[in-house]
Amino acid sequence: MPLPRINDFVVRFANINGSGSASANELFARAILRMGVPIAPRNIFPSNIQGLPTWYEVRVSEKGHLGARGGADLMVAMNPQTWAKDVASVEQGGYVFYDSSRTRPTAELREDVTFIGMPLTEICNRQYSDARQRQLLKNIVYVGALTALLDIDAEETVRLVREQFKSKEKLVASNIEALYIGRNYALEHLSCPIGLQVKRANAAGDRILIDGNSAAALGAVYGGATVCAWYPITPSSSLPEAFIRYCTRYRVDSETGKNLFAIIQAEDELASIGMVIGAAWNGARAFTATSGPGLSLMQEFLGLAYFAEVPAVIFDVQRGGPSTGMPTRTQQSDILSAAYASHGDTKHVLLFPDNPTEAFEFGALAFDLADRLQTPVFVMLDLDIGMNQWLCRPFAWDDSRLYDRGKVMTAADLDAGKDFGRYLDVDGDGIPYRTYPGTHPTRGSFFTRGSTRDRYARYTEDGGAYVDNMQRLLRKFETAKTLVPQPLRRNARMPTRYGVIYYGSTHPAMTEAIEGLAAAGHHLDTLRVRAFPFSDEVAEFVTSHDLVFVVEQNRDGQLRTLLVNECDLDPANLIPILHYDGTPITAREITHSIADRLDVSNVTPLRKVGS
Amino acid sequence: MTYIAKPKFHHHALPTNALGLTHRDYEGSVSTLCAGCGHDSISAAIVQACFELDLPPHRLAKLSGIGCSSKTPTYFLGNSHGFNSVHGRMPSVLTGANLANGSLIYLGVSGDGDTASIGLGQFAHAIRRGVNMVYIVENNGVYGLTKGQFSATADRGSQNKRGSINKDNPIDLIAMALQLGATFVARSFSGDKAQLVPLIKAAIEHRGTAFIDCMSPCIAFNNHSGSTRSFDYVREHNEAVNKLDFMTGRAPITIDFEPGAVELVEQHDGSTLVLRKLAAGYDPHDRLAAMSYVQDHTAAGEIVTGLLFIDNEAEDLHRHLDITETPLNALSETELCPGEATLEMINASLR
Repeated sequence: MPLPRINDFVVRFANINGSGSASANELFARAILRMGVPIAPRNIFPSNIQGLPTWYEVRVSEKGHLGARGGADLMVAMNPQTWAKDVASVEQGGYVFYDSSRTRPTAELREDVTFIGMPLTEICNRQYSDARQRQLLKNIVYVGALTALLDIDAEETVRLVREQFKSKEKLVASNIEALYIGRNYALEHLSCPIGLQVKRANAAGDRILIDGNSAAALGAVYGGATVCAWYPITPSSSLPEAFIRYCTRYRVDSETGKNLFAIIQAEDELASIGMVIGAAWNGARAFTATSGPGLSLMQEFLGLAYFAEVPAVIFDVQRGGPSTGMPTRTQQSDILSAAYASHGDTKHVLLFPDNPTEAFEFGALAFDLADRLQTPVFVMLDLDIGMNQWLCRPFAWDDSRLYDRGKVMTAADLDAGKDFGRYLDVDGDGIPYRTYPGTHPTRGSFFTRGSTRDRYARYTEDGGAYVDNMQRLLRKFETAKTLVPQPLRRNARMPTRYGVIYYGSTHPAMTEAIEGLAAAGHHLDTLRVRAFPFSDEVAEFVTSHDLVFVVEQNRDGQLRTLLVNECDLDPANLIPILHYDGTPITAREITHSIADRLDVSNVTPLRKVGS
Repeated sequence: MTYIAKPKFHHHALPTNALGLTHRDYEGSVSTLCAGCGHDSISAAIVQACFELDLPPHRLAKLSGIGCSSKTPTYFLGNSHGFNSVHGRMPSVLTGANLANGSLIYLGVSGDGDTASIGLGQFAHAIRRGVNMVYIVENNGVYGLTKGQFSATADRGSQNKRGSINKDNPIDLIAMALQLGATFVARSFSGDKAQLVPLIKAAIEHRGTAFIDCMSPCIAFNNHSGSTRSFDYVREHNEAVNKLDFMTGRAPITIDFEPGAVELVEQHDGSTLVLRKLAAGYDPHDRLAAMSYVQDHTAAGEIVTGLLFIDNEAEDLHRHLDITETPLNALSETELCPGEATLEMINASLR
C-alpha cells in the first residue's frame, strides 16, 4: 500500500555534488514552510567540490518534530552512482521519483515502493541548448514536478523565486518557466497528487529558518566582538564568513565609512587563537571558529589563556574525529578535548547550544562570560546545527542590555589608590582585576606570562605561590557554575525512577523520542545540560534517579566521562546511549535503545545488581 | 632575580627628557641573564631609544615569545604592559593586540630559535600583513636556556661549544624579511650601541613592520672560536652600509654634510632620518638591490649591518583593513550592537 501521509514525511534528494541542486532543493523546502508546515532540511555532503554523491533531506512535520528521522518516504533519485542504495533506503510503501530518460533495469526495482519516472534529461535537452542551463534548470524542473506530486502551492514557489532573484528579471523568468515545465508535465502525465501531501497549516508560527553558523556569527556581532581571527576548516568556515557579511552590513561607521571590526584569515589555527588572545588581552572582544583538528592545534595557547587568565571565545563546530575523521559529518566528540584543553591541570567553560537560536544567544553571552571570568569560553556547535538550516525561535535582543566587561581597573581606580594585584582575589570569587595596556602612566602595568607568578604578577618559582594560584583558579571555576546557562529539566507526566541527560543538537530527536517512549509506557525525566562546569542541579538530577541515560553523539560517552569525573558520580547509574556514525542522531534510535534497555533490565539498577 | 626590583633611588643630576623622565624611568627589573649577555645591551639600547624619543612608557606594549631573548621585556620599560607568550607565537599575539588598539606602540622581542625555528611561520605572516610593530630578533645562533643547541640561524660549518659542526643551512632573516615585504629592514650588533639606538628609534617611528635582526652573542654557549656569532667574529666581519643619525621633531634640520654623503629620509609622522652613506652606491630604497647586496656579502663571509631597506610609503595592517581610528577596545554597545529593531528585520528576512 502506498503511504498516505499529510504533512508528515521525509523527502530525500540524491544528487551529484556540484550539479547546482542545492538552491533548487532549498526552494522546495521553503515552499513547504511558506504553507505554514514546519520543515527540517539537512545536507549530507561529501568532502569534495564536484562529482561525489550528496543528499539533501527535508523532513516535513506539522507536529514540529525537527530532528533527523531516518529513512525516506520519497526519494528523488537523481544520482545513478547511488541508485541501488537510494532505492533500498526508501520506507515500505514509499516512492521513488527518477529520471526515466534512461530506463532502469527492472530487477533492481522494489515491489513495495511506487516508482515515478519522468524523462527529465530529455525534456531539458529539448528545451535548452546550453549545457549548463540544461543541468541547472533540470533541478528546477523536478521541483516543479514535485509541487504537483505533493500538492504544493505553485504560487508560493513562484513567489520564492521572485524573492531570490529580485532584480535579475531574466533569471526569474527562466526559473519560473522551468518550474511550470515540470509542474505541467507531472499534472499531464503522472498521477497527481501521490499519497504524500502538503496541506496548508499554521504550524510554523513566527519561527525563522537559519543555519547555526550564521546565527552564532550574528550572536558575535550583537555580543560586541570586534576581532575575529580564523583559519578555514569544515564545518566552521561559514561562521567567520557570516561574521564578515554581517559586519559589512552592520558594523561600518556611517560617518567615516571605516570598519568597526578587524577580521584576519590567519595562516593556521595557532595564529588564529594567538591573535584572539592578543586582542582580548588588549581589551577587545575576540573570537575564532574552528573544528576538532583546529582545536588540537590550539591546545598550547588555550593553556596560556587559562593560566594567564586572558578571555577568548572559541566556536567549535564539531565534526567526526579523530584525525581528519569525517570532515563533513556531525559528531559531539570534542567535549573532553575542549573541557580539558592543554597540558597541566586545566578546565574550560563550555556552552552547548541546541539550535541556531541558542547559538545566537550563547554566541553573544560567551563574550560576557569570557570577560567576566577572564578565561576561554567554548561554544560547542556541531555540523548538524552549524551547517543545516533549522526552524527555530526568532532572535531576541533587549536594547537596554549592557556588555559585562568584567573586572577592569580604570585610570581613575588606580588614581584613587586601589590596590592592583593582577592575580589578587579581592572579592573571594576567584576573579582578579585586570588593566588594559596603556591605562595609566605609572600604575597598573603588569607582565603577563604563562609561567608561575605571585598575586602581583611577579615571576616566582615558589611552590606555595603556585598552589595558591591554582586553588584560586578552582574557586573561579566554582563561580563560573553560577554564571553559565543552567540546565533545563522536563519532568515526565508521572513520577519516574529514570532520567535522561542530553545536550546540543540531540534536542529535537530527544523530544520526539520522549513522546514515543511515553506512548509505549516508558516515562523519563529529562535534563538538557547547557554548559560546563555543571551546576549542582546536574548531580542532583543523577542522584535522584535510579538510572540516567546519557545520550550523546560520540563513541566514548565523553559527557558521561565528564559527569563522572567532575560530579563524582557512580558510573553504574549512567547508561551511555551513543550514536556516532556521522549522521545526526534520530528519535527512532534513541527510542529503541532506551526502550530495549528498560524492557531488558525491567528494571534493576546496575548499582543494585552489583551490591 | 626578576622579583628583585631595582632601587628607585638615583642621582639627582640625571638628565631628564621632555616628559621629565630619566632613563631610569624606562628601566625594568634586574636582568637574570648571564653577565655580559648581548641581550642586556639591546635592552639598554631600547631604554635609551625610548628615553630619547620622549615616549610615555605606558603607551608601548612589549611582547615576546619564549627563550632568553623573550625574557628581556621584563628588564626594560617597567611601566609598560608586557606579554611573555608562547614559544614562536609572539607575532600572532602582537597582531591581535595591535588590532585591538592601534594607538599604542608595539615592540615584539624574539630570538633566533623563537623566530627562525619554531616561529618561522608566524614571523613570515606578520611581515606579510604589515603589522605596525618593531620586531627585534636577538640573534645568537644558539639555544641558551636549554644549554647550547644550534638554532636555525647558525651558520653552516660553525662549531658549538661541545665541538660539533652545524651541517644545516642557516636561515637569513634579513633576506626573508626583504622578500616578505617588510617596509623597514635593519641589521645591527648588540655591541654597537651607537648604531643600534638610532635604528630602534627609527623603527619605532616607522609605520609598518620594522624588522631588526640584531646579532647578540651568547656569552655562555656561543662565544668561542669556531663560532660565527661570537663578539670577536661579529666585530671582525661587521660591514655597515650606512650610519643612521636619527632626527626627530619637525624643526628645520641644519646639518653640515658633504653633498652625496648624507640622505634625509622623511618618515610618515613627519620626523626625518639622517642617513650617512658608508658603502658607496648602496641604496636603501631598492628592495631587490638590498636583497642581492646582502646575499653577495653574506656569501663573502661579511655581516652587513645598517638600515638595509626602508619604504617611505609604507602601509600597515590597520590601513589594509580600513579600521576606524578609535581603538576597537574602546568601542561600546552603542557603536557595536545593531540593536533590537535591526534584529526584527533580520528575523523577518528568515521566514
